[in-house]
Amino acid sequence: MIDAITELRDAGLARIAAAQTSAELEQLRIALLGRKAELPNLLRGVAELPPEQRGPVGRAANEARGALEAALETAGARIAAAELEARLLSDRIDITLPADPLPRPGRLHLLTQVRREIEDVFIGLGFRIEEGPEIESVYFNFDALNHDPTHPARLESDTFYLSELPGAPEEMAGRLLLRTHTSPMQVRAMLATPPPIAIIVPGRVYRRDSDVTHTPQFHQIEGLVVAEDITLADLKGTLLAFSRAIFGPDREIRLRPHFFPFTEPSVEVDVSCFNCDHGRLADDSRCPLCKGTTWIEILGAGMVDPNVLGHVTANGYDPERHQGFAFGMGIERIAMLKHGIGDLRLLYDNDLRFLEQF
Amino acid sequence: MRVPLDWLSEYCAPALSATELAAALALTGTEVERVEHHGVATPDGFVVGHVLEATKHPDADRLRVCVVEIGDGEPRQIVCGAPNVAAGLTVAVAQPGSVMPDGTRLKKAKLRGQESHGMILSERELAISAEHDGIMVLPGTPAPGTPLAEVIPIGTDVLVLEITPNRPDCLGIYGVAREVHAATGAPLAPEPWAEDPGSLGPLAGVEITNAAGPELNPRFTARIFGGVRVGPSPIWLKARLMAAGMRPISNVVDITNYVMLVTGQPMHAFDLDRVAGRRLNVRRARAGETVETLDGQARTLDPDIVLIEDADGPTSIAGVMGGARSEVSETTSTVLAEVATWNGPNIHETALKLALNSEAASRNAKGLAPEQTLWAQALATRMFRELTGATVSPGTLDLGGDGPAPAKIALRTARIAALLGTEVPRERAAEVLDALGFTTAATPEGLAVTVPPVRRTDVTREVDLIEEIARLAVLGDLPATLPRRSGSGALSARQRLRRRAADLLAGAGLSEVVGWSFAAPDQNARLRLADPAVTLANPMSADHSRLRTTLLGSVLDVAAHNRAQGAERIAIFEMGAVYRPERIAPRAEDVHALALLTGPVRTPTWREPAPPPADVFAAKGVAEVLLDGLGIAWELVPGQALATLHPTRSAVVQVNGHRVGFLAEVHPEVAAAWDLGPGPVAVAAINLDALALPETRQARDLTSFPSLREDLAVVLPDTVSAAELLAVIGAAAGPLLHSADVFDVYRDSARLGAGRYSVAVRLHFRASDRTLTNEEVAVKRGRIIAAVADQLEGTIRA
Repeated sequence: MIDAITELRDAGLARIAAAQTSAELEQLRIALLGRKAELPNLLRGVAELPPEQRGPVGRAANEARGALEAALETAGARIAAAELEARLLSDRIDITLPADPLPRPGRLHLLTQVRREIEDVFIGLGFRIEEGPEIESVYFNFDALNHDPTHPARLESDTFYLSELPGAPEEMAGRLLLRTHTSPMQVRAMLATPPPIAIIVPGRVYRRDSDVTHTPQFHQIEGLVVAEDITLADLKGTLLAFSRAIFGPDREIRLRPHFFPFTEPSVEVDVSCFNCDHGRLADDSRCPLCKGTTWIEILGAGMVDPNVLGHVTANGYDPERHQGFAFGMGIERIAMLKHGIGDLRLLYDNDLRFLEQF
Repeated sequence: MRVPLDWLSEYCAPALSATELAAALALTGTEVERVEHHGVATPDGFVVGHVLEATKHPDADRLRVCVVEIGDGEPRQIVCGAPNVAAGLTVAVAQPGSVMPDGTRLKKAKLRGQESHGMILSERELAISAEHDGIMVLPGTPAPGTPLAEVIPIGTDVLVLEITPNRPDCLGIYGVAREVHAATGAPLAPEPWAEDPGSLGPLAGVEITNAAGPELNPRFTARIFGGVRVGPSPIWLKARLMAAGMRPISNVVDITNYVMLVTGQPMHAFDLDRVAGRRLNVRRARAGETVETLDGQARTLDPDIVLIEDADGPTSIAGVMGGARSEVSETTSTVLAEVATWNGPNIHETALKLALNSEAASRNAKGLAPEQTLWAQALATRMFRELTGATVSPGTLDLGGDGPAPAKIALRTARIAALLGTEVPRERAAEVLDALGFTTAATPEGLAVTVPPVRRTDVTREVDLIEEIARLAVLGDLPATLPRRSGSGALSARQRLRRRAADLLAGAGLSEVVGWSFAAPDQNARLRLADPAVTLANPMSADHSRLRTTLLGSVLDVAAHNRAQGAERIAIFEMGAVYRPERIAPRAEDVHALALLTGPVRTPTWREPAPPPADVFAAKGVAEVLLDGLGIAWELVPGQALATLHPTRSAVVQVNGHRVGFLAEVHPEVAAAWDLGPGPVAVAAINLDALALPETRQARDLTSFPSLREDLAVVLPDTVSAAELLAVIGAAAGPLLHSADVFDVYRDSARLGAGRYSVAVRLHFRASDRTLTNEEVAVKRGRIIAAVADQLEGTIRA
């Protein structure tokens, strides 16, 4: 009897060791230990044996069942590991194929990127941002900005005028035009806000001009600071901070005298070239950006002309007591300088191959 | 303005190179466009020669073989083609090795077998004039071998200046010399017109009247020169004119140009014998009147143009160009010299209208000081006497006289420091102003300053004087400080909304474009719109003659451009102003955002090679990204929002019941007109200025208690929209319904019946104060089913 048990055990263990799949193993479990299998039947027959044999046979049968169960478990783990390995291998893909792309973000137009960059610098310097109408009156665009009644910029050759427009509000009386600069907002802002004031005015402006560096529509950012103690030296400090923020921390600026009707004194501002070493490129050719001069003109500025303040005395501005500076820069020009764009018109062609590189 | 340095140095000669001088001027307010060189670059090899012999070339009829002494006792053989070369002449010789103005280096040569050791030069070869009919004969008797540059000007640096409109005094070389004097401290020679050989008082022999009035013609002066011998100008004069950019013509014409270049004041020489009736009148032209100008062209005038007429009619266009009829010729013997002050802007307009940009017109257009007329008369008188042998008739005709008395201005030393942010001592201020031709006297507070006439219009106030001091004494080492103020910078709500909107659209994969504000007159018709537009009185082109009333045109233009460049999938947006005649206002124009998608809705990949085309649901996706992203509640009203759009694939977008935009497919015929299609072109547009960022939100409890989910499939008549279904569900379910979303739409007339379709909706119920029970939700579900059946003829699909 015990021999039969031992035989069953050994045969079972051999078959378990030979099993290759979990299905095979499951069949073995049923065959060896299931309801109809021999070993459990033997155990059920133990009760009928003579008492002195019951102990040894029962022990032997239990041992055999324990051994088979343990072997099944071990084999199960072995086979599961092998099968997992096989599945992982069969999962192999060509990981070099292109990705499932997430929706690619679009780009803000370069002009928007540069405008925001400039706006953020001035916000940091304590400026508010104002906007004004592009359709302007002659008064705000020229008269209030101290342009001589015969200033050539007023001519139809230089400035876009609108055809007769019935029903324009009284404040916009007279001939209407497309503003030629963002400067009209100097006066509008001072009419709206009593001193002190510190604003920038980004916006679209228009001049009758078209070539590689001029388009009839372009964008400017105006700056205006007026209080009781604002000096030309403050203008220089403000624009130095701006230039370093936009063009790099090592930049210097210089102020060259110039002429604008609405500032006195007026200056043009140059920034030290960020593209070359003393006017020369690495291959010793002349720097195309500063043309070898080491300076690049970036904007016009000056101290607000007392005549301009004279137009806003009703809102508390006193030309004898208040003074300040104003400046105006072209966003396109800053963008072209920073990004090495040679032809302004590329910015308005809106070719996505061009725009999406920035 | 071209300023030859050798000419400038007659008045002011700082010890600086051309480049250094250019830098000094640029940093004190005179814009230097560039530095050029005129004539020969280096004087080496150019010498005086004496022609000892000139014989006919043995093998060439037109050539002569000359023997020329050039100072070293070894006469050179030079072959010369000029007809006027002859023994005994003193000539200009370029030796082999010298470099000509055009850059060629001379070599020894053989011409038809005869050796030639250099070249005998014509005026043209030295860029002294256009004269090339013969060799140049040198004036006086300079010794052979004398460097040519010591005898005549053969090369000079030229500063090309851009003179700002407030400084017409710098349109003359002496005015520039004064600026150089102030900028560098180099001494300034007396004014070249300081001594006047002519006289003032009445002038006999001509009658002149001004019918145009002093506004258009503030001053008219005239002198008469008799016994004028017309001929070529001396070499030095020709060389200076050429270097300054003007062609020498004859001594009389050259004098008028030379005087203009020195003083900045244009003048005109009439042949007095050809002035009909010996009288001139200044008047406005009549409409359609014509005059033949010096350049031989007939010009048609209008009443805004001022002309000068004689007894036979118009003879010249005032301040712009003389007429052909009274032009100076070789036979002229009596010259009437006209020097007048004109109305600057009027001349500017005339020059533009006639496209006549003469040196005279560009100066007169700046508005010159009346005093300058007599400077020009004085210098011209001296030159007519010296160079044409003329005698000046006594007297000067003068209509108008000097300008108003120069201003006297009090300049406060403290004010200089307050405005500029740095101290300038009174002595330094006086030094700068004196150098510029102002007169100064010390006062307790600073200076009393008298303005010279040529600065009359530019300098009228204390601040104008401070500018002069700033540019010459302060800007170079101005400190950099920041304003002492405590403001706080921030974007306004409107600006924040716009930035967020642009970021949302870009983040959703749309690229921003920037189109033109201008539109073509037929754009609205192409868009099937009839909006009134703002039109320009003076557009640059017909295509840009009005302002856009919608962004549709510019975005379609950009899409068409990129499609033409081969882009299959286009996903773009523009954020910009639109212009409507009824919205002209002191506030800025409304800013709209418009997005366009066409081609595949997603970029095709190897796993999804053919994504569906972007259609009206892509447009709706844009509206969701934008408005939901901004946190603004909105609703959609189906229907054609604009005639531009597809009639059945279009909806109006509303916020608080007001129309703020639309989402749609573009009408296929409109898309075709832009060469887009045949697939759908999806657009979504929102007027950003009709939106406001939502108020600060208060927190709600959405997490303490779980929500219960219910799915419901409803079979509906085709005429009922998903939105109507959701509305009925919402009303029936009451406040416990947290969300209801369509997740499937199914059509099968065989199974659902003709004219019916199935919509599956996922419902979430939740309460903020307890966990809902299945029984509570079952009640809601029952109410929903009843309402859908009752109001929409909907049945629940098992």
